[in-house]
This record gives sequence, structure tokens and C-alpha cells, in this order.
Amino acid sequence: MNASHLELPWSSLAVAAALILINGVISVVLRLGLEGKLAMAALRTIVQLLLIGQILEWVFAVERWYVVLAILSAMTLIAGRAAAGRGAVSYRGMGLDAMISVFASSWLITALGLFAVIRFDPWYQAQFAIPILGIILGNTLTGVSLGLERITEELSVRRAQVETLLCLGASRWEAFRLPAQQAVKAGIMPVINAMTVVGVVSLPGTMTGLVLAGQPPEHAIRYQIVIMFLIAAASGLGTVSAVLLVYRRTFSREHCFLYRQLEERKAED
Amino acid sequence: MSVAILSVENIERRDPVSGTVLLHPTNLQLRAGEHAVVMGPSGSGKSVLMRSLALLDAIDGGDLRFLGQPVAASGVPAYRCRVAYIAQQPGLFPGTVEDNLRFPYTLREHRQRRFDPDAVVLLLEATGRRASFLGKATRDLSGGEAELLNLLRVLQLDPTILLLDEPTSALDAAATAMVESLVGRWARRKPAEAATIWVTHDPAQARRVGNRFFRMDGSRLEELAGPPTAAEASMPGVVA
Repeated sequence: MNASHLELPWSSLAVAAALILINGVISVVLRLGLEGKLAMAALRTIVQLLLIGQILEWVFAVERWYVVLAILSAMTLIAGRAAAGRGAVSYRGMGLDAMISVFASSWLITALGLFAVIRFDPWYQAQFAIPILGIILGNTLTGVSLGLERITEELSVRRAQVETLLCLGASRWEAFRLPAQQAVKAGIMPVINAMTVVGVVSLPGTMTGLVLAGQPPEHAIRYQIVIMFLIAAASGLGTVSAVLLVYRRTFSREHCFLYRQLEERKAED
Repeated sequence: MSVAILSVENIERRDPVSGTVLLHPTNLQLRAGEHAVVMGPSGSGKSVLMRSLALLDAIDGGDLRFLGQPVAASGVPAYRCRVAYIAQQPGLFPGTVEDNLRFPYTLREHRQRRFDPDAVVLLLEATGRRASFLGKATRDLSGGEAELLNLLRVLQLDPTILLLDEPTSALDAAATAMVESLVGRWARRKPAEAATIWVTHDPAQARRVGNRFFRMDGSRLEELAGPPTAAEASMPGVVA
């Protein structure tokens, strides 16, 4: 295998970084006022990746299960926090619900992947556990946050319909079902879209990475298929769990819709 | 005197967040054939009372009995079919009038029943509408037609008590008359087991539809001796 061309010199990175100026020019010409945010985002890309590079090198070197577990936990916490950040409507405990959904679904599916499908031994080999959980977390986070955004919006926009249903004798579950279906669909669609075009339009990360690293494409593809299904399962599970947690908070045992739980999020810039 | 269909004793409501009193301890007994009218200024707690009676919002204290029995948590959907709340804004579903009328029969609570098109057409004709109204899309309905559909959807399920929360406040005189006559016809058909509570701002309407009169002010309910005057109907702080 010829790995020499994989070594990117710093000068190449500088060329790539200059490309961000294209977005800067767009922002200035169209007066989007995004220059500041753009510069910040570019800076974060560089700093965050450099940092994680350092951390990963160290983790790979020490190879202790508790270090890997700590890294996985930190990744999960960050993803869980990010999952509750979207949407115009929120409720007390949304952060916790997002965290539980992201954590439970991605760890369950990652464990399944590591122990039952890919069967690494030991499981805590950082070079497998960390990227696989990372990919799954990223996608679960999308599903959970879309699902939460949609269900809270549906419930507040359709309050009249939900209450009409209750007045007509619907159980709390029957009143919740329609908004729930919309929300679960919204959360799962990105994965279905991704699976639909995978390999035709997009060559996703795992596969690309393996091919870049010199693995035969056929080998890379098998990994990608496994990863795709792990992602689908985790983001489906995460979305459903988030929506069910919202159900628990917004409907009482007495079949009352606790619409007061939902509140407009304060506008932030 | 017959047994009260609905009776509440000292029911009260508080805002779950601020703790403000939304409804002071309230007593009310409603018997068959009684048509209570509740009047009072905006924000005085009329809707709070109606929503509490429909168990749409959990009451924070007191006792509510339907036909002498307390309502268990699992019995709330069935209770809401008997004691039907009709909101000011009809919550219609996308689709046609008929879709809306059929919808309740997809619910567990009504799974034993079947949609009866003939009965609905009869009711429709009584309001001067043809059967073709059933095929109309709900987004094309006028305010009066939407309220008509809202009422028909509830009446076909054969409730015992109607809780009407200003159903005609946004309607013109003709549509208001139609709603009143539809409710009146329903009440006359089963005088031994029908009652209504009607929230209105209009003293003339109060006299037309009511035989008991209440005034809500500052989240307190009090019964009046007779039909209210215009001032009693809406001005805050006027003692009856």
C-alpha cells in the first residue's frame, strides 16, 4: 500500500483554509453579515480537530477501557446537549429528555455493533469504538433534535386539534398519535434519504476513509453497510424515545393535555 | 327533583406556574332539563370553569361527580363523550365535512358505533342544508358552517351535557339562530337526560337559551335570581 500521498503537508491545509474566503466573499457581497460567524466556525473547525487529534493520539497510545469510556461519555454529553438546542418551542426537562434519548439509543446500538456485528476484541480498541460511536451519535443527534423540534411545534401549533380530539373522547395516546407520527417521520427521514442515495450520490465517511487509507473498496463497502444500518437503527430508536418522553411530559394520566409545559423559546441571535 | 347529572363541590383551579387562583371553590348541580347560562367579563374565569367541568384541565381540589359517581382517570375519555365541551374555535381536521363527522368513530371510545349518514342528513336538513354539504372541504367553510359542523360532530355522539363556550360569539344573527335551534332541538328530543351550560356575552341570548343564570366575576361563580341585565352580563364588579 502506498500511503505517502496521504500525508498532507501543512502548506496544503493553508490552501484549503484559503477556500473559506469564498464564503466570506459571498457573505460580504450579499450582505449576509455572516463574516464573524464564518470566521468563528472556521477557527473552531481547525482548533477542535487539532485538539481531538491530540487526544486521539494519546487515547490510542494508552489503550485503557476507562479512558475510552470517558471519551465516549464526553462525546455523548456534547451530542445530548446539542440535540435539545433546536426549535422555537421548548419545555422544562427537554435537555434531559434529549440526553436520555441520544444516550440510550446510540449506546445500545453501538454496543450491538461492537459486540454482535463487528466483534472487535477487546471492544475498547479506541480506533473502532470512538469513530463508530461518533458516527452513530452524529446521526442520532440529528434524528432526536428534528423529532423534538417537530413534536413540540406540532403540539403547540395544533393545540386546538389535540383538545378537540380529547373532547370527542380520544384517549391521550389517540390525541398524541398524529403529531407523534409527523415527528417520528421528520426524525427518520434524513437517514432514509441518506440510505437512498448512498453510493450513488454520496460516498459516506466510513467508506471514504477506508478507501483513502488504502483498503479495497469491497471491504470498505461492507463496513459502510453495517454502519448505515447501525445509524438507521440508532436514529430511529432515538427519535421514538424522544417523542415518547415528550408524551410523558405533555399528557397526564387523566388524559389532560398539559399545554402549559410548552413555551416559546426566548429568541436568541 | 331528579338527581343531578353533573355535580361539583368546591372545585378549584390554580395556575400551575404562578399559583394564581383561576377558579375559587365552586359549587354547581346540574339536573336534566336545566340550561345554565354563565355570563361575566372577559378573563373572569368562564372558560376555566367550562374546561374544568370537561376535565380538560386537571382540577386542583374539590369533588366532581357524574350521575353520582366520581370519574376515574381511565374513565375520562368516556366522560368527555357524555359531557361534551364545545370550544369557541371549532377545531376542524383537514378534509371534508364528512371526514370530520366520521373521524370520531375511529377512536377507541366509539368503536362500537357506526357513522350514521341518514341521521346526519336529517340534522343537516333541519338547518336548511343539503346533503352535498357533506362533501365540502373544511377550509372552504364559513364561520357559521364551521360551528355547525363542530356541533353536529358532537351531537351525533349523543352527549348528555353540552358545555358551550361562546359558540356563537363570532357568528352573525342567522348562524347564531341556527346554532341555538340545533341545540334546542337536541335538548327537546331527550328532555329527561339533557342539560347545557352556555357561556355568552349577550343577555338576549341568555334569555333565549337559559333557565338558570350565573355570573362569573373575579374567578367566582354566583347564581342570579333571573336573567341578567346588560350591565350584569358583562360589566365587572356589578353586584347582582
